[in-house]
Amino acid sequence: MDFISILSIFVMACFVGYYVVWSVTPALHTPLMAVTNAISSIIILGAVLQVGSTSFLVTVLAAIAVFFAGINIFGGFLVTRRMLAMFQKS
Amino acid sequence: MEMGFTTAVYVVAAILFILSLGGLSGQESAKRAVWYGIVGMALAVTATLFGPGFGLWGLSLVLIAAGGLIGYQLASKVEMTQMPELVAGMHALVGLAAVFVGFNTHFELVNVAAMDESARKSLEGFAALLAKKTAVEINILRVETSLGIWIGAVTFTGSVIAYGKLAGKVNSAATKLPGGHVLNATAALVSLASLIWYLNSGALLPMMILTLMALFIGYHLIMGIGGADMPVVVSMLNSYSGWAAAAIGFSLGNDLLIVVGALVGSSGAILSYIMCKAMNRSFVSVILGGFGGTAGPQMAVEGEQVAIEADGVATALNEADSVIIIPGYGMAVAQAQQSVSELVRKLRAKGKNVRFAIHPVAGRLPGHMNVLLAEAKVPYDIVMEMDEINDDFPDTDVAIVIGSNDIVNPAAQDDPNSPIAGMPVLECWKAKQVFVSKRGQGTGYSGIENPLFFKENTRMFYGDAKASLDKLLPMIE
Repeated sequence: MDFISILSIFVMACFVGYYVVWSVTPALHTPLMAVTNAISSIIILGAVLQVGSTSFLVTVLAAIAVFFAGINIFGGFLVTRRMLAMFQKS
Repeated sequence: MEMGFTTAVYVVAAILFILSLGGLSGQESAKRAVWYGIVGMALAVTATLFGPGFGLWGLSLVLIAAGGLIGYQLASKVEMTQMPELVAGMHALVGLAAVFVGFNTHFELVNVAAMDESARKSLEGFAALLAKKTAVEINILRVETSLGIWIGAVTFTGSVIAYGKLAGKVNSAATKLPGGHVLNATAALVSLASLIWYLNSGALLPMMILTLMALFIGYHLIMGIGGADMPVVVSMLNSYSGWAAAAIGFSLGNDLLIVVGALVGSSGAILSYIMCKAMNRSFVSVILGGFGGTAGPQMAVEGEQVAIEADGVATALNEADSVIIIPGYGMAVAQAQQSVSELVRKLRAKGKNVRFAIHPVAGRLPGHMNVLLAEAKVPYDIVMEMDEINDDFPDTDVAIVIGSNDIVNPAAQDDPNSPIAGMPVLECWKAKQVFVSKRGQGTGYSGIENPLFFKENTRMFYGDAKASLDKLLPMIE
């Protein structure tokens, strides 16, 4: 993909993020941080593709990155779920 | 699987991630929303693992499972009061992962450049993509990669320091090396010079220098910010971890990384903005550290602090029809949430209107108080935001301040020379009676005198918040 089309995806996503996040209730800002943390581990996609490299160094660095992102994915989603389950109506 | 299939899955995953953030607009829809995120992540990872140009999926699965196990352990054990540390620690991991992925892009680029024509044709996956790039595209790629590494490295050390400060392992006071912000500015300039050097040479050394500079900036910047500003710092690092992912997405040409990075980046930026606004400070002044200078001497506080015992508070509460409680981080420090919740249950059982007023910067994380109260089984529909409840204080019989100080300081409105002048505050002094549960005399976190404590309708309920409330509880009939 060329740079311009990728840049337009980025700009669109920033706008979507802007409007979606303003609609989040302030009471749930901590779960918001936890869930954005979990989904920012999407960087694992880059690392996973590099694990298949022919270079040993690249494979090792990518493997560490996959491991870290794995911690984040599970930790982030689980702690978000734990928090959200606590919110009860009277 | 085809490339087209992977792209289609990425689009679905992106939509699911947007839904999972959007679902947080209400407590009930939020419980479903987190599943959108989980499904989106599972789809994206599976499609990549079994997608085109991929070899070692077995190893990746093992690594994800191992990381997942640790993540599971961390998330199920963590106390809600430790949430800020956990979030900061997880930002550090994303930052570090971005640095590694960025360096790998550099190494692959060097590998591919060294190959001859026939070897390039046989390449697969990411390396094949690199082999097709023109000279201009390679320069764009180098900028994107450097940016990803730079933001990732700042996020990493910054988050480690933020974690240390929040967990009490690093002194939370603002400390700067001699030279202060000149050092940061120098490091930024050296980074820029290294970037230009890297663009011209493609060598590892400038990339290393750039990384070291970024690591230093992250460390020094957050060391220079005091503990009270941590909500802004953590939100900011949240944002950076998103921008790092987006920059890496640009370098890999992966649109899902870009979309998610942009979502997370703007989310963190909005949270930082909300926090700064709630303290009436500019983002720049928070990052540069320290409170803003004052124009003149602060107003002298007149009057006396009058103490009250538990029975006095109990009498007032038993007579009151409407009560508003204003919790602050001190409540969490004293672990008084359960006692507060019990008090609320008793008062509500007698038909009194009891509500909570939450200031945006109460706690150490945006929305931290709401989670702590929810954990103590306080129903969320009586927990109000500042703007929803601030006009109700004049019609309220009793306001109880528990472990908060600056967010209920009338000087923010009355004294233009106060360091917190202009900061929006909860106008609890307009209630008929105010009780302040506080460990002792003296100023709070920021060291600013609070005239609320000297007002005629204010009574000081000295002592540890939990102990005081436990003494009060049996007297509520």
